[in-house]
Parts: sequence; structure tokens; C-alpha cells
Amino acid sequence: MEKLPYEKPYIKKLQAGALNKFGSRTGLQPFKSIDGVSVKSLIENYGSPVFVLSEKQIRKNYRAAYRAFSTRYPKVQFAWSYKTNYLNAVCQIFHQEGSWAEVVSGFEYRKALGNGVPGNKIIFNGPGKSINDLQLAIEHDSLIHIDHFDELNLLLTLSKNLVNKPRVAIRINMDTGVYPLWDRFGFNYENGEAWSAVTKITGSGSLQLVGLHCHIGTYMLSADAYGIAANKLAELAVRCQTELNHKIEYLDLGGGFPSTNTLKGAYLPGNDTVPTIDDFAEVITSALLNFGFANDDLPLLILESGRVLIDDAGYLLGTVIANKRLANGKGAAIVDFGVNILFTSFWYEHQVSPAQDFAAHTENMVIYGPLCMNIDVIRESINLPLLNPGDQVVVHKVGAYNMTQWMQFITLRPAVVLIDEKLRTHLIRKNETLEYTAEPELVPAHLNNNK
Amino acid sequence: MKLKSNIATSENGFIFNPATGDSFSGNGMAAQLLEAMKSGKTEDDIKQDILSRYEVSESQLNSDWDNWMLQLKEANLLEI
Ligand SMILES: Cc1ncc(COP(=O)(O)O)c(C=O)c1O
Repeated sequence: MEKLPYEKPYIKKLQAGALNKFGSRTGLQPFKSIDGVSVKSLIENYGSPVFVLSEKQIRKNYRAAYRAFSTRYPKVQFAWSYKTNYLNAVCQIFHQEGSWAEVVSGFEYRKALGNGVPGNKIIFNGPGKSINDLQLAIEHDSLIHIDHFDELNLLLTLSKNLVNKPRVAIRINMDTGVYPLWDRFGFNYENGEAWSAVTKITGSGSLQLVGLHCHIGTYMLSADAYGIAANKLAELAVRCQTELNHKIEYLDLGGGFPSTNTLKGAYLPGNDTVPTIDDFAEVITSALLNFGFANDDLPLLILESGRVLIDDAGYLLGTVIANKRLANGKGAAIVDFGVNILFTSFWYEHQVSPAQDFAAHTENMVIYGPLCMNIDVIRESINLPLLNPGDQVVVHKVGAYNMTQWMQFITLRPAVVLIDEKLRTHLIRKNETLEYTAEPELVPAHLNNNK
Repeated sequence: MKLKSNIATSENGFIFNPATGDSFSGNGMAAQLLEAMKSGKTEDDIKQDILSRYEVSESQLNSDWDNWMLQLKEANLLEI
């Protein structure tokens, strides 16, 4: 006799009290494939856990963002913010689409050179550039964005006897009505610091001030803040022209547009609350177009968007290791990926989907990672169907910052796979091995038992 | 592991505890187990019955049973 399908016994308390005013999410669906490639086959071929990126989605995001700005403003340039995801294959997709590189360290700078980005298309941001880094950037005619007066003075010394004057911009911090104010990077607008940096550079005769830069925050939920920032940069640029007879070639509005992830503690899902890229484009470009630049003299508009261009193109696939019931009765699932590789679980309530069919009942549960550490919580509270050991799950919108901020801690970092536009899969970063982690280690002779 | 005697259960998995006013909904397997427990069957008998009729390994069932007991205890449905 054929046996009946089994499901775990489960009861759920019915609440007589007020129901959630938005209702519970219905229509939880198994998420079985990415761009038509099955989750099961990805895990079979590349292991579990594994990061998966969709080239199709990355290009789609880039083109939508570029279109949003370029249909409203004649001179637009994106620069890929390397720290968001600097796997070389990913950077090359953005460079193929026409992006320059935006880097914030000597390591990232050299990575961009290694990716074949011409020096004059690398924007070098950040408060921590070394003398060597600056010299390299000068040699390659890169755009050096100065963060503080000590860096400015160093650059003045380095450029003293140069024939080709290094091209620089200053980073400016300002009040855009959004708090906390990011005043630790760059020169302040309101107190006149930015203007004194401008006059010091233009008066030096040894540096060319070609741009003005700001990056007013990250995961910004207010489009209006960008309108204020664009106005303040434009105001400085016009003042350079009128008072110093010096033309500013570009205004760089930085990054910070949010992805549709849900921030921790947010009342509504990110999908419902974040402004779209068109909203940001509209505010920024109308501020610049209405500022009073001569039509043939508009500055180039540079954007350094990171997370909005890649977050939703990244997935983390993993496997359920075990189920538990906590002392308070709450259900818990332990999965094979921890916060060491999913750094953004500290910021976001990532959506997690089962990758196979499931029984109708859902339960509110915690999802723990495999680390033997109290902080290793992927989701504190999520409604999911009952999961069995061996079941596969998909974490959504993990493309930004995870594949750079991940740590080799307790477990090894997993492979990263790219699905190209023809639905072929490519390994773009191998999973780490014990040998890989041991390679840089040295054991002094008196401690070496393996002689 | 005895269910409180005054607990009302229905075939489709609805459970009511008149002493506290709490009600619960359960899935099909929960309804079956409650029914069997109410009829006074022993843990072993219930498990044997499920194993013979359902696609489930003994070890899986044993671990789910422990989990089931925790759920009932948490819901205040067990005789202490
Ligand atoms: C200078 C600069 N530009 C761009 C970015 C990218 O930001 P986002 O990913 O929020 O777009 C960052 C990130 O912190 C940054 O520091």
C-alpha cells in the first residue's frame, strides 16, 4: 500500500485580539529558480551555501538608473562604487556598461587599474590615502577627491614641481535636513571650510580643481535631501566661476540611493517605502537645470551609486541544518550560513524563501546561523512554513556589501556564481579552502610539530 | 503526556481550551495526533500507527514528537 505524505504536526494559537492592520502576507511561494536556473542544481554544482548573482538584473538596474538621469540631463556619468561589490567579474559588467570606477583605498585603486580602467576614469575618494596611493593616482591622472586639509597640504607638496597639474575635487559635507549629519568626511559647506579649501587649491597654481563632490549618506529615504545637496554644490560651482573665474567641470552627488530591502525595525516593507531612482533623478536634475548655468555650460553630473544597482541581483542559497523549539515555545531553524557571510542581516530584515514546495501552515520562527555565537541571527522573527533538515532556502537582495564585508570566521567563505544573460552559470569566486586560509600563516620553528 | 481532559478538538484541527478561552488551529497531522491522544492510545501505539501509514522515518517522527510535546506544553494543553 502506498504511504500518505507526511507533515510535521503543528498547532498555532488563534489571536482573538486586534489583527495586524495590514493582514499577514499571503501567497508565500517557493522560490525554485533564479533567471530560470534551478536553486537545486546551483547547490548541487557549487555547494551550500553559495552566493548567486544575476548579470541580467545588474545590467537592467544599471540601464534603468542611467536612463532615469540621462533622459533628464545631458551629461551624466556613473562610477561604480567598488566597496559595494568588487568581485572583478561584477566590476567588469559595470565597466562594460560605461561606468567609471569609484574607489576608497589603495587596494581598491589597484584593483580598478587591474580591471583595465584608464586612470583618468578612476575617482579616488576616502580619508585614508597614503603617500604612495596619492603618487600612483597622480601618475595615472586620476580624479583625487580630497577629504581634509592634511591631505590637501600633502598633495600640494607632492605636486610642487610637476608639469601636469593633478586633477582634484573636494568632498563637501553639508546640512541637507537629514540626521545624523555626516560631517566626518570632507569639508563643511555651512561654516565656510569648503570655500577656503576651494580658494587654497585654486590659488596654489599646482592643482587643478575640476570637481565638487558630496556623498550625503546611505540608504537615504528622502529625495529632497539630494535637491538641497545639488543646490549647494551648484552654488559653490557658480561662485567659483563668478569670484575666481574658475570653471568647475563636474558635480559628483555620490551614492546613497536605497535598495528595496526592508530596514530593521521598519513598519512597512522597503518595496512600499523607498523612493524610486526616477524620483531621485527628477529632484537632482531639476535642481541643476534650474540653477542658472548657461545651457551649453552645464557641469557633468557624476553618480557613485552602489547598493541600488546590485542589491536585488544577489541571492544567498543555503540549507536547513536543524529545527529547534526554544524554551519559550518559539520555533527556530538553524541554517548553514551565518552573519559572517551575511553582514547585511545586521541592517535588513532579509526576505527568506523556501526553495521547494511546502505544506500550507506557517509558523513564526527565528533563523539562526551555524556559528557558535549569540549574535548569529539571520532573522529574529519571520513567518515561514515548517522546514525540514535538508530543505533549501533563498535569501533575497544580498548583492551589495556582503561579498566585500564578509568574514572568514569559524566557517569558510562560499563560492560566488554568476548567471549570465544566456543563462549559463560561471564560478566567479571559488569557495575558500583550509589551504587558502593557511597560506599566509607562519609557524616559528620551535612551535612546529610537523617537521 | 496526557492531554487535559476538558480540551475540545475537532476533526479539522480546531482546538479549544474552555479553561483559558484559548483556541488553536492545527494541521492535519496535529488533528490526528490529538484525536489519538484523546482516545487514550499510548505514545508507542500512536507512533506505530503513523509509521505504518505515512511516508516518514522513525527518527524523523521521534524528533517531531518531542517537538510536538513542547508545542502542547507551551500551549498549556497537557496534564501536568
Ligand atoms: C564616497 C562614496 N560613494 C558612494 C558610495 C556608495 O553608496 P551606496 O551603496 O549607498 O549607493 C559610498 C558608500 O558608502 C561612498 O562612501
